[in-house]
Amino acid sequence: MALSIPYLLTIITFLPLAGAAIVTLVPGDGAKKWLALATTLVTFLVSLLLWTNWQDGYAGMQFVEDVVWFAPLGIRYALGVDGVSLFLVLLTTFLMPIAVFYSVLYVEHRVGAYMALMLLLETAMIGVFVALDLVLFFVFFEASLIPMYFLIGEWGGKNRVYAAVKFFLYTFAGSALMVVAILIVYFSTGTFDILALQKAQMPLAVQTWAFLAFSLAFAVKTPLFPFHTWLPDAHVQAPTAGSIILAGVLLKMGTYGFLRLAMPVFPQAAEQFGPLLATLAVIGILYGALVALMQKDIKSLVAYSSVAHLGYVMLGIVAMNAQGVSGSILQMVNHGLSTGALFLMVGLLYERRHTRMLDEFGGLWASVPVYTGLFLVVAMSSAGLPGLNGFVGEFTIMLGAYNYMPIFAVLAAAGVILAAWYLLTAFRKMAQGEITNPANDRAHLKDLNGKELAMVIPLVILFFVIGLFPNLFFDKINPSVEAMLETRAAILQQATAEQTPAFELAEIMATEAQ
Amino acid sequence: MNSADLQLNLHPVLPELLMVATAAVVMILDMFNRKGKAPTRALLPWVALVGVLVTAAASIWLIGQPVSSFQGMAINDARAQALNLVVLAGAALTVLLSIRYIPNVNRQTGEYYALILLVSTGMMAMGSATDLMALFLALETFSLGLYILAGLNRTDRRSNEAAMKYFLLGAFASAFFVYGAAYVYGATGSTRFDLIANALFDGQADPSLLAIGVTLLIAGFGFKVSLVPFHMWTPDVYQGSPTPVTAFMSVGTKAAAFAAFYRLFAFALPSEQATWGPVLGALAILTMTLGNLAALRQSSLKRLLAYSSIAHAGYILVGLATATSAGIDGALFYLISYAFMNMGAFAVIILLERQGEMDALGNRLNGLARRHPQVAMLMSIFMFSLAGVPPFAGFFGKFFVFAAAVSGGYSWLAAVAMLNSAIGAYYYLRIVVNMYFAEPTEETRIEPQQASIPLAFALGVSAVFTVALGVLPSLWTNLVQSGALNLVAMR
Repeated sequence: MALSIPYLLTIITFLPLAGAAIVTLVPGDGAKKWLALATTLVTFLVSLLLWTNWQDGYAGMQFVEDVVWFAPLGIRYALGVDGVSLFLVLLTTFLMPIAVFYSVLYVEHRVGAYMALMLLLETAMIGVFVALDLVLFFVFFEASLIPMYFLIGEWGGKNRVYAAVKFFLYTFAGSALMVVAILIVYFSTGTFDILALQKAQMPLAVQTWAFLAFSLAFAVKTPLFPFHTWLPDAHVQAPTAGSIILAGVLLKMGTYGFLRLAMPVFPQAAEQFGPLLATLAVIGILYGALVALMQKDIKSLVAYSSVAHLGYVMLGIVAMNAQGVSGSILQMVNHGLSTGALFLMVGLLYERRHTRMLDEFGGLWASVPVYTGLFLVVAMSSAGLPGLNGFVGEFTIMLGAYNYMPIFAVLAAAGVILAAWYLLTAFRKMAQGEITNPANDRAHLKDLNGKELAMVIPLVILFFVIGLFPNLFFDKINPSVEAMLETRAAILQQATAEQTPAFELAEIMATEAQ
Repeated sequence: MNSADLQLNLHPVLPELLMVATAAVVMILDMFNRKGKAPTRALLPWVALVGVLVTAAASIWLIGQPVSSFQGMAINDARAQALNLVVLAGAALTVLLSIRYIPNVNRQTGEYYALILLVSTGMMAMGSATDLMALFLALETFSLGLYILAGLNRTDRRSNEAAMKYFLLGAFASAFFVYGAAYVYGATGSTRFDLIANALFDGQADPSLLAIGVTLLIAGFGFKVSLVPFHMWTPDVYQGSPTPVTAFMSVGTKAAAFAAFYRLFAFALPSEQATWGPVLGALAILTMTLGNLAALRQSSLKRLLAYSSIAHAGYILVGLATATSAGIDGALFYLISYAFMNMGAFAVIILLERQGEMDALGNRLNGLARRHPQVAMLMSIFMFSLAGVPPFAGFFGKFFVFAAAVSGGYSWLAAVAMLNSAIGAYYYLRIVVNMYFAEPTEETRIEPQQASIPLAFALGVSAVFTVALGVLPSLWTNLVQSGALNLVAMR
């Protein structure tokens, strides 16, 4: 390690919270905006220390902090990052300045509250990814609901209140049983420590119930088909920056939950329910893509494409092999970048035309070439074009899925074709052909300006970096993933050994001896 | 009986004595006020407040010195002190809420503060009683005071109705309680908890007499904490009583009755746990489900909080159904959290009431955030906390209580309770929706006669503790630690 900074993760997690406090105290909308932006930028820069000080090849948790939080129940304030969570933290700190900058340009209504909520949300999201204690995880997981609820409800579209309430109640109800499951797990193992839980043995009945309860919470959050119905409402109604964060980061809390908790902590139950989850994931891929194909509103198209993309991530996680899991982690980041960028592009267009209906557009190539070109890159990244980020993740996931159960890989591959179809259809309707609506011509529609480019370009650069040099990322991801899978395999083996009757065990040992 | 039993040990009842003394001072000071010359009346709430705070300090000082006194009729262990602190927190906040409010409702300010102090004394005594007779005495002390407080607004029909209903049903409840106590005495030959437990242990008790007795005692307590099906009075009484009284009632009565409930089951009937645990569990489910479902349909804020308080009684009962020390400590944490978040919510209702009104409809909150952003933010904190969303106190209240349930083998109960709290989230969220996403109306304006500095202070204190206990639950548990708040030991 180059240099070690004490409390680095605490600083990264709570810098935005401190920023939120300052933002509410400072007078003047302009000052509030720039302070919020500065906070997210500083947070991002500080979080880069995680990358620069990363101990390559080390599989365990890094930058660990561990303090007793509530002694009677052994609840700890324990933070750490490993290859599984590193890039999710960086994704969050990277997307936040973009989302906040967008808001600086386009949000005028109750700026102070808006910025404070964005910053609170950032603290909650980072907290989820760095928490090593189950209760701490849950606290961050649930706390993220409150700012998002207000962001959708106050700054959203026409139907925002309905969408906000649906978002809150759906996810809150989804995680209600998880509280009980957390307690059952605790009283069965005696710890809330997530890493210790991954190594713990639990009775199959406990595993089954707890797995189902955890899965319900995460499936709603992800969202996994058929728990996705809150998502299109929330996305379409949310303000653009809210959509970027919702799609970019918030949904990953669900898949991250599966990856960090549900799958490795309850390995036997996860084995049993794996095919079911994989089936739901594949249904999500195909269903999301087909529904996206039907959408007339670009934003709901992107929202449904999220359902499909998260299906890939889930598929890789369920496969629980090195390719599947590593691919999923990278794909979480990819989806965050690509879909975040898509929402950003849609938002930029909406600010100009105040509509998102595909029919309203056409011929944008001619009038706004820079915008259209970038849109094409973003769409291709989302569709998984080789050379861009989406391809690497999806391809690795397919490999994992194939090794798990080939049929799922085959079906998922069909989803890739559908993705290209709906994205290119949308692009054709928007960009190609004649300008049919005078509002779309060069005189009325302005191309991207410097500030807007400053938001889009970093994303596009990352598309290429990940697409061309995936090993920069896999090198940091893989050791932790392999270690996690080894632990899981050992626990599974041990569990099967215990269940195998003694005489069979003797036979096995005899054959092995030969 | 040896000589030690005869000695009258006043040291453990110091908190109660301080409260009674303060009440006496308040009443005497009020006497000098008759001709309206000296402004002593304005001093009364502050005298009461100082008394409450001194008592709280005494309670904290007494933690870790558990002594049984009055020949085993009362014990002042750490849990009794913890209960004292819950009641005193409620009383202190109530005094702050009353300073502007009560003079509008009733001119007799002196008796009001004296009654608050005496009612608190009765509630505190409930938590330390270890004898059915002492328990009954405490029960009646606080109940009688509350009947008067409920009817404080003598010119208001609703307030009269509330007082009358509360008195009649309360009298029934007391009768049930006494009748039950008599049966238990008949079955076991004693009213003292330890002797009852001994009799049960020796197998000398008549099981059918005991069963009748315990059933009646549960009914009596059930009325006080408004368990379903003994909850009918709650919405009417909550709505009709002056709002600070309602707030105090919702917090103090619940705390006192639950503390006594726990003492009875843990000290007198430990051997009966297997029989009564499931019964209490079933009552808990009925209570929370009915409370939540009824709360969904309320338009009056006080009725909404009344049904919500019924639901919360159900959650707390989950902790008691297990009859473990983890359960009671969880319930105590729940009660202190509830004290702050619920008092805070009532403080906001007081702000919204017009001159002479004693309730506000939910739509009066419409657009509150536009007009009074700070108030709306605090109310949101209370609502999210009541819903059980982290990082607020209400979350850990539920977490600890349900932890006790799971460790005591009542996972199903915890699961039903959590699903219930998801229902509850709906109506708490509706209040937030009204405040933030609805258009403000003329009604939304806060009347200056209600917005006083003490009330603002009470709101702030409630909010600070609602957040602080949610972020650092050990603040409370360390304070009452000698009560062996040790959930781990229960594993």
